[in-house]
Amino acid sequence: MKRKYWVILAMLFIVPGLMLTASCAKKVTAKPEAAVSKTDDSSKKAAADTSKPGDSAALTAREKFMKQDVNFAFDSAVLDATAQAILKDKAAWLKDNASAATTIEGHCDERGTVAYNVALGERRAEAAKAFLVNLGVPAAKMTTISYGKEKPLDPAKTEAAYAKNRRAHFVLK
Amino acid sequence: MVDSGNAGCRKTLAAKRAPLFWGIIIIGLLWTGMAFGAGNYDYIDINNPLLKKVPIAVPFFKSASGNGAESETAQTGAIMLSDTLSFTGYFKILDRGSFLVDAQKSDIAAPVFKGWTSVGAELLVTGGISLNNSQIEMELRLFDTYNERQLIGRKYSGNVKDIRVMIRRFCNEIMGLLTGSTGLFDSRIAYISSGSAGKEVYICDFDGYNPTQITHNQSINLSPAVSHDGRWVAYTSYAKGKPDLFIQNISDNRVSVVDKKGMVISPAWVPGKFELAASLSFSGDPEIYLLTGTGKVINRLTDSPGIDVSPTFSPDGNKMAFVSRRGGTPQIYVQNMNSGQAERVTFQGNNNTQPEWSPKGDKIVYTALEKGGGFNICVVGVDGKGLMQLTHAQGDNESPSWSPDGSMIAFSSTREGTSRIYVMTAYGADQRRLMSTPGQQSEPKWSPGVTN
Repeated sequence: MKRKYWVILAMLFIVPGLMLTASCAKKVTAKPEAAVSKTDDSSKKAAADTSKPGDSAALTAREKFMKQDVNFAFDSAVLDATAQAILKDKAAWLKDNASAATTIEGHCDERGTVAYNVALGERRAEAAKAFLVNLGVPAAKMTTISYGKEKPLDPAKTEAAYAKNRRAHFVLK
Repeated sequence: MVDSGNAGCRKTLAAKRAPLFWGIIIIGLLWTGMAFGAGNYDYIDINNPLLKKVPIAVPFFKSASGNGAESETAQTGAIMLSDTLSFTGYFKILDRGSFLVDAQKSDIAAPVFKGWTSVGAELLVTGGISLNNSQIEMELRLFDTYNERQLIGRKYSGNVKDIRVMIRRFCNEIMGLLTGSTGLFDSRIAYISSGSAGKEVYICDFDGYNPTQITHNQSINLSPAVSHDGRWVAYTSYAKGKPDLFIQNISDNRVSVVDKKGMVISPAWVPGKFELAASLSFSGDPEIYLLTGTGKVINRLTDSPGIDVSPTFSPDGNKMAFVSRRGGTPQIYVQNMNSGQAERVTFQGNNNTQPEWSPKGDKIVYTALEKGGGFNICVVGVDGKGLMQLTHAQGDNESPSWSPDGSMIAFSSTREGTSRIYVMTAYGADQRRLMSTPGQQSEPKWSPGVTN
């Protein structure tokens, strides 16, 4: 048991250490535990930035971090089960990418008054941030901003569009 | 001056007006009419839900010489005046085609009243124009046709390009006499208009004329609020990357910025002071704070977890209405500024926001979300009683704002599809679009003209 303890402890220091040096250098971004699968798509994605081709899984996770929004019910900043699951993924990614800093944007659907929606959007962003802090993500890595109803994802006036627009969206700095 | 021959027909009108004529009436060119004092007349009671529009005749003004340019000005001037009055929704402008009297041949200072009462006019405006190159001299008079007396008489002179200003001044006097409040026609409306890059702050005249762009930062600008002297506009802007408060001088564009952590939104000026309230979240929770006119925090006004936003002050500054989610849903509360006690005033519906306190002090207008979806403008007494819905089933109607004299309400509406600014009387009558410019217009904030 003591040996297992040592291994875990070592990993805790070595893995972040690797990540830190890797991210700083911006030459290798391979995650030690990720199984690299080379596909045409991933090499195209790799071509889009300066990382090496063996990073497709890392890019997918990074893209997922940026593309997958947390959604909310109308007039609410409460995180339901789905929201919490998504945030857990984001927490994991942030912890794996220790140097990454993110801005959490809070958004609302178009209904309702301008000022109130800026406030509601901020509540949503702050709720997501607080949840991540509780999962161990350092607060200093995250800033929040609200855009109220000013930047909808989907301009349609349907319930489906409204649901998409009520979101916390993560942007990497 | 009383014509007893018509006493029978005039009876109901005279009875309506009886309380007015207690004192000695002085008829003269410079008599102001304000001697009646507020509340002593019932020509127009804007609080009357069964308000009948007052029929008024505004014949073409009389041209002194009859020459081309002067005659044309005489006509356009009369049309400008009747359009200005018509804007309020309180007057029925009689069709000039029905007039029996030839304005060019009559005495503008001593009209033949029977010629006007017989076409149904209760009020009459006569005008006389004398135009020399670009210098204009204009005499305007308002008459009560049934009681056969002059109510207002004014003489204006100046450059003809300022004729609209002169007409508006006279109309202000008319409104002052009839409703007890002046300033409507000098007032301005600040609003937001979207363009290719973001949303900018604009200001236009009360009737939608002369839109002027105030911000040029190609960012998102929201929630303009103009100070009571008409000189400053506060607004939320993302120009620095997050929602900050900008307080801008309208004439020289000096700006103070409040960029505290979090958001700074929904500014509202304190009556009579160079101070404003706004909602700031730098403490971690949106609360309403009092700021100086240059953006320094004075103190915190609300103290409640959850969203507190959208302050608006009573005309005496002793009370503040605002939106709070402290009860679970956004509702409107009224707080006593001295005691700090807040009481809820909206109890219908789950989403009541954007309150604006009437300049008359007695009512709060706000935006309510209906059960079936759709936003509508409602009015409630400051004690929470007397709830009335003013818009119905026509798109989303939001962001109401009182005219400085409390006689009208501006608001945004999507009833035509695109969001546009509309106006209506304080009782919800005569809803019409103010203007239509490229993009979407929203968040009108009606404010007094610049005081000199």
